[in-house]
Amino acid sequence: MKRYSLTFLALGFFILAVGLSWAGVLSPYLQLILMFVGVNIMMSSSLNLVNGYMGEFSCGHAGFMAVGAYTTSLLTVWFFTTGSVFGPNLLAPAWAIVLFPFLLLFGGLIAALAGLLVAFPSFRTRGDYLAIITLAVNYIVKSAIENVQPIGGARGFMGMGRVISGMKEVADLPWMMIWTWIFAFLTMLLIKRFVSSTYGKGIIAIRDDEIAAEIMGVNTRRAKMVAFMLSSGLAGLAGGLFAHILGYINPGSFGIMKSTEALVMVYLGGMGSLSGSVLSAVVFTLLLEVLRPLQLYKWVVVPLILILLMLFRTEGLLGHRELTDSFPHLKRILGLKEKGHASL
Amino acid sequence: MPLFEVRGLTHYFGGLRAVSDFNLAFEGGELVGLIGPNGAGKTTIFNLICGVYRATRGGVKIEGQNLVGLFPHQVTALGIARTFQNIRLWPEMTVLDNIRVAHNYRLSYGFLDTIFQTSRYRKEEDEIDRKSEEVLDIMGLRDYAEELAKNLPYGLQRKVEIARALVIRPKLLLLDEPSAGMNLSEKEALIGLIRWIRREFNLTIWLIEHEMRVVMNLCEKIQVLDFGETIAQGRPEEIQSNPRVIEAYLGKEID
Repeated sequence: MKRYSLTFLALGFFILAVGLSWAGVLSPYLQLILMFVGVNIMMSSSLNLVNGYMGEFSCGHAGFMAVGAYTTSLLTVWFFTTGSVFGPNLLAPAWAIVLFPFLLLFGGLIAALAGLLVAFPSFRTRGDYLAIITLAVNYIVKSAIENVQPIGGARGFMGMGRVISGMKEVADLPWMMIWTWIFAFLTMLLIKRFVSSTYGKGIIAIRDDEIAAEIMGVNTRRAKMVAFMLSSGLAGLAGGLFAHILGYINPGSFGIMKSTEALVMVYLGGMGSLSGSVLSAVVFTLLLEVLRPLQLYKWVVVPLILILLMLFRTEGLLGHRELTDSFPHLKRILGLKEKGHASL
Repeated sequence: MPLFEVRGLTHYFGGLRAVSDFNLAFEGGELVGLIGPNGAGKTTIFNLICGVYRATRGGVKIEGQNLVGLFPHQVTALGIARTFQNIRLWPEMTVLDNIRVAHNYRLSYGFLDTIFQTSRYRKEEDEIDRKSEEVLDIMGLRDYAEELAKNLPYGLQRKVEIARALVIRPKLLLLDEPSAGMNLSEKEALIGLIRWIRREFNLTIWLIEHEMRVVMNLCEKIQVLDFGETIAQGRPEEIQSNPRVIEAYLGKEID
């Protein structure tokens, strides 16, 4: 009840984005950027779970994105298209409409299992050492894919475009816009619910004082496993969407550069702030596009902006706070409950 | 069967024997002190009991249940709560959230319940909210509920830490130097508070303390530790005049 207007806001945005894409008002380029915003929101807010809320430093987020991207893509291409890798399609291409979200979730599930690669070492080590482990996992995933020749190796994997065409033959809708934003909103809702539960606050307790958390009854091992799996699972979902938006993936796009982008968005928005992560994903994605005319100099200007931000606003755009903490009147406008943990 | 029992507890850090052959038994309802010079092994004993370290030898039992080898959160669930020498609240959380999170030891819902906000989840969260506010009321902390823990003055932080420990409904409460860093009036208030929670919650309390005024005032029985070994135990006035205790604290007189 209390978050009606926020739901309406999300719904309004969704209808607008999908409607304008469908009507052709938004150019394919603008649609692409809008979908990347959605994917980046998923990437930054899921990484924030580990780096912001739990206070660990994971810098291999793109590795999990790759796991999700490849798992989902391989399955959709195998099921719905005829190609050189898997031969004829197993199911009629029209089935993609029904099965796509499930295959996406399956990709997320596999990515979540890959997250255990990081969760187990995190029982014994933290800080810089764990950061190096996450980095290593990123490289392991990338190199592993590069060396599996049947799925294209370093050259990459494609065919997802035909899966989407299959959906469009049934109903001519901007399918990827629809799925991207459905999953982006679900991600936000899920993280919001998780971190405002007593169960999820256990991971904030780990950040603030792990020994106290353990002694005061938080099962820290389980909490870390849940947090890492949730975080990498959501990154896997983002990867699956990313792959189908582009229609082509290669291991090179899931390297350390991609992980760094996710890190930048988390620190730009503010650690432990969900609305910060969403805001920074929007700002960062748009910034990169606006600065595109600068070509290569973009990578001088963007880091410079970041350096300045870190110098003058160390805690990121929103710090540990949420949007409604910084602008209290938003709460009234959005119809949030005044008291307690219902901040956005 | 005693409520709580420690038998032959021994612990080595590498080659260093930090605790040797420590014994203790509580019937229930006692208020016992553990004192000794710096580095005597007092906090190590608490850490061994809570499961932070795993004892090299010896047994710890609460109501007949063995604790050695359990994870700290499992020890907590069996009814042992503690506070820390240097306060360990979760500083970036509100006081209310500090209290809420301490309910984790008995959560019956799981991850999926939080995501789908099932009725089981909502029922339990409501219960946690109610109980947390109740504890804050009892401890007179209601006004600070929405305050970040790090922003409270020292004495109040200590009080919140004790409140957080009480959430667990402990059978045994371990207090590690509760008066550390407090001024005289705060110490007086603390003595009153400890007496009161003991009565109110029907607790067995075991405390480490350096401040003799607090120990001698509060405890019915005192155990003295030096270099990991128990050198004396008894009533406060016996301890005060025990030559071995005086030697441990002040050194030996030269003949």
